[in-house]
Amino acid sequence: MDQIILQILNGLDKGSAYALIALGLTLIFGTLGVVNFAHGALFMLGAFCAITFSRILSLSKVVVDETQKDFLGNPLKVDVPYIYDWFGESAGQVLINWSVPLAILFAIPVMIIIGVVMERGLIKHFYKRPHADQILVTFGLAIVLQEIIKYYFGANQIPNPAPEAFIGSFDFGAAIGLKAGTIIYPYWRIVYFCFAMLLIGSVFAFLQFTTFGMVVRAGMADRETVELLGINIDKRFTIMFGVAAAVAGLAGVMYTPINPPNYHMGMDFLVISFVVVVVGGMGSLPGAVAAGLLLGILESFASMRQVIEALPGINQVVIYLAAIVILLTRPRGLMGRKGVMEE
Amino acid sequence: MMLGLNRKDASLLLIVAILVALAPIFLNPFPEQSGLAQFNAGYPDLMQRFVIFGIFAIGFNILFGLTGYLSFGHAAFLGAGSYAGVWMLKLLTINVIPAIIISTAVAGIFALIIGFISLRRSGIYFSILTLAFAQMSFALAASVLTPITGGETGLQTALDDPRILDGTNTTGNIPAPSIFGLQMGDSFQISVGGWLWTFNVGYYLSAIVMLSAFYLAIRIFRSPFGIMLRAIKSNQQRLNYTGLNTKPYMLACFVISGMYAGLAGGLMVSMDPLAGAERMQWTASGEVVLMTILGGVGTLIGPVLGAGLIKYFENIFSKINDNLLHKWFAFMPDGVEDFIVSIIYPFVGKGWHLTLGLIFMAVIIFLPGGLVELGQKVASIFKKKGSTPSNNPNTEPAE
Amino acid sequence: MTKTKLTRRSVMQTGAVAGAGLAVPTILTAGSHSGFANAPTGSSVTLGFNVPQSGPYADEGADELRAYKLAVEHLNGEGDGGMLQTFSSKALDGTGILGKKVEYVTGDTQTKPDAARASARSMIEKDGAIMITGGSSSGVAVAVQALCQEAGIIFMAGLTHSNDTTGKDKKANGFRHFFNSYMTGAALAPVLADRYGSDRKAYHLTADYNWGYTTEEAVRNSTEALGWETVAAVKTPLSQTDFSSYVAPVLNSGADVLVLNHYGGNMVNSLTSAVEFGLRAAQANGKNFEIVVPLYSRLMAKGAGKNVAGIFGTTGWHWSLENTAGSRYAGTNAFVKSFGEKYGFPPSQAAHTCYCQTLLYADAVQRGGSFNPCSVVEALEGFEFDGMGNGPTLYRAEDHQCIKDVLVVRGKENPANDFDLLELVDVTPAEAVTFDPAIFGGELGSCNPGA
Repeated sequence: MDQIILQILNGLDKGSAYALIALGLTLIFGTLGVVNFAHGALFMLGAFCAITFSRILSLSKVVVDETQKDFLGNPLKVDVPYIYDWFGESAGQVLINWSVPLAILFAIPVMIIIGVVMERGLIKHFYKRPHADQILVTFGLAIVLQEIIKYYFGANQIPNPAPEAFIGSFDFGAAIGLKAGTIIYPYWRIVYFCFAMLLIGSVFAFLQFTTFGMVVRAGMADRETVELLGINIDKRFTIMFGVAAAVAGLAGVMYTPINPPNYHMGMDFLVISFVVVVVGGMGSLPGAVAAGLLLGILESFASMRQVIEALPGINQVVIYLAAIVILLTRPRGLMGRKGVMEE
Repeated sequence: MMLGLNRKDASLLLIVAILVALAPIFLNPFPEQSGLAQFNAGYPDLMQRFVIFGIFAIGFNILFGLTGYLSFGHAAFLGAGSYAGVWMLKLLTINVIPAIIISTAVAGIFALIIGFISLRRSGIYFSILTLAFAQMSFALAASVLTPITGGETGLQTALDDPRILDGTNTTGNIPAPSIFGLQMGDSFQISVGGWLWTFNVGYYLSAIVMLSAFYLAIRIFRSPFGIMLRAIKSNQQRLNYTGLNTKPYMLACFVISGMYAGLAGGLMVSMDPLAGAERMQWTASGEVVLMTILGGVGTLIGPVLGAGLIKYFENIFSKINDNLLHKWFAFMPDGVEDFIVSIIYPFVGKGWHLTLGLIFMAVIIFLPGGLVELGQKVASIFKKKGSTPSNNPNTEPAE
Repeated sequence: MTKTKLTRRSVMQTGAVAGAGLAVPTILTAGSHSGFANAPTGSSVTLGFNVPQSGPYADEGADELRAYKLAVEHLNGEGDGGMLQTFSSKALDGTGILGKKVEYVTGDTQTKPDAARASARSMIEKDGAIMITGGSSSGVAVAVQALCQEAGIIFMAGLTHSNDTTGKDKKANGFRHFFNSYMTGAALAPVLADRYGSDRKAYHLTADYNWGYTTEEAVRNSTEALGWETVAAVKTPLSQTDFSSYVAPVLNSGADVLVLNHYGGNMVNSLTSAVEFGLRAAQANGKNFEIVVPLYSRLMAKGAGKNVAGIFGTTGWHWSLENTAGSRYAGTNAFVKSFGEKYGFPPSQAAHTCYCQTLLYADAVQRGGSFNPCSVVEALEGFEFDGMGNGPTLYRAEDHQCIKDVLVVRGKENPANDFDLLELVDVTPAEAVTFDPAIFGGELGSCNPGA
């Protein structure tokens, strides 16, 4: 029992990352009709926003310490962050410690700008082009973004720990009346899940309850009619692209303490997030979220020892197997609309 | 009419045949000792890759170019063909002919099963189904199926393989794949002045197979079957309303396309007897999609050009290092040399991916029809007025 | 048709002579006069450095490449000579190899067997490389080694740790300086039993591919022999990035040690998850819960950051070895000094093994008096040497594996900088990690000179 609850928690947590990326992808599909293979790269850029931000905080001057020696026997050079000079050492340490949550404030404008520039500079010219061309150009863009990050940050993973306050685990077992110590879950992962749900909720609220969102939804359903009404739908779609980029970027920022990022992390998520989007149904936002959580939970269950022992290799294929079964039983995924991307 | 082809197609085939036959000469345009010899591509391994990936891309284009169905799992057939080929080399004989035939057949059967299921859906749903099958094949081949596939290390020939027709041996070296005694690695070299040309057995075998595959593709493009496939691309619904069942045509097309991939896999292991699981990974499937789009979807020659371009970058640009750059620019003053090298270096060697990504973007932004459109533009400059690109026999798009 | 396999250099010279009268086609029967593939004929010899330059191991590949460049400098008599000063064989004199200047070509393995073989073939066929070396994974090493055997070229493996490279997939033309999974198990188990007691219950997470299997087997066998019990061993997909669902059940499984048979990104991510789930701070069976990482590298330790603190593992070499464990490991400081002065930071174990392999190859050619692969094989088989940073070492004739001391290390609690992440706990002497070469099967075959 406790094992099952533990894996459900795990699945929700894993799934919330999938859902966040898939949500952004679907926003772009649904509004602009573009297959964006660079979306994984946006997630990666978000993660590197967090790295960059923590590096900016720790920008240092070099002080030569004659009392210590480096590996060649020369006097050791010690880095002292400038921020210690400005805010004092203790406040400086707190700021550096909290760099991941603070990086959200840094990442939102950066990612929106990246998204808008990408849409205006490149994607805009591909609305009327075949999906194959969109795939090629966005895939090319993804490679270029990746390589730029690799050039500056290297190929190795870069650790970026969560604030110390969130290190440690929460005892779920004790909280819901089971034996203490059986279901424990790290604080930061709980934070990640809550953050993801909040973000998804705000995107939905934005689309559902604001006039802007209403127009965008109308545009998704019938672009031409909305344009005939004299509304500049292009401009709104551009903003939605920026929002989608920011959602992917924030997913990346918050993900850095879970897995240290490297330049390749976007590609690792790309395929899985496409599967999530399609299983959820093309153009359906709730579908993307539901499919993300569902596949996350399935993946978690398949990684249980008892399951692997019964069906060797199931943990390798469960997501794809589930995708095949769902697509064969439900022609347009969980909540897909008829006629979207069926040709 | 020649070989059942009209004049345009026959001349296209002839041009391709001549280019392929003389590739060892014109792919080595620079003398051996010159600094630019780095850009020569006329060595056996790369020439073999050009034609083998050409076959893979031609086959993919029969499916994607004609019907518009975008398979994202074609590498699975390449991989299945490769494994079947290595097993033939291990069990039956080191002669490559059975390996090539069985590879094609096994990939065909594999494609029949996957196609039968995946073709129940269309559009992106079809793409994701093929992707899912290929990723499952990859994941299982790299892990649980290690006894059959050699796992992540790959399946290889060994000294003590049975080789029923040849008889096993346990001393000396593992026999190299051959065709009736001629080894695939055997070459015949001619040196003229500073140039060196290598004529390799394996390359010419692959080239002959590729030309046959190319010929077959032309025949398919021009046949009633091909016209039916184009009809499916332009409006499948209308065809269905006329009471026509398109499924058998689609399935036949998918299987043919899969067999091309299997053929490529069989040739790959004949040239170099190792089949690795990563040959089935989605990146490998993605690569053939990119080759086809880069060259020109739905054109006959485009996919081959796209395959050539990507393989050229992978093999030539990745080998340019800073040492070499410094040699090239050594004639400049030191400061300028360092500056030029520091500008070029990020784009070559370990940065070859960056250049490839930029080329993808540039081609698709400026040449929506891929490399074939570039050829058309160049050709139209030389031609007189009135010959529009679409009249060009080389490049007739499928739509 | 003449049988000319993969040769170029000898052809070129003949060609140059004939080429005096331009445009006179010369049909060549190359290999036959030299007797082996790619025999160097000019005043230089080309080595092929085939390392990962793209993909997740690109940084490790970059470090390997730095070491190779340094080795080439030292062979050609530039720089301070590095380990040539301490190497027990004095055959090399800084005038290249057999008087020929050493040149090199580089390629990208992409950490994929296919791409690695394509790159190696182009070095052999196009650039006339006489020896191929490098790589950062066992899959690549096994694939390229088989290719070199077929082509008649020597392969000096880079970083590869699977038993298979010199076990079931060993080849006469291939040599490995790095240690293997078996030696990791043999070196690590006694230290673990000493620190953590002999009544431990272990839970293994194993990367689901060849290297993972051999490492799990080695660590299991050697720890079980000392009284440990293995509670469970779960295979994780190589492409896995988030290990939470594998790590979460460990605490309630009855185990009190977690063994992570992972390398590279897998290890960084699984260790990060394990620490995140509080395993390091936890108690189980009345003992402190412990985590073990059989194979450490400095780059991995850097990627995992503070999470490596206090965690045991093995490594082939470490730059601080001579300073902490004494002059038995002479050569270490000489190498660290030349590397550090050139690049500004200390070398990794991958750099060390690649540097040694290049010198060992050059030395074998020099001693054997020929670039012929069969002469190199003869010179390296059973070769005993010292002064290359690992203490007295034997290149075993039976499986072409170097038998040398293995280091047991631990992540530092308070590292002073990015390179000072591991501290030496113990060195297990070569005798204790020696194994019978027959246990893994496989056949060396006979050396292949190509042509």
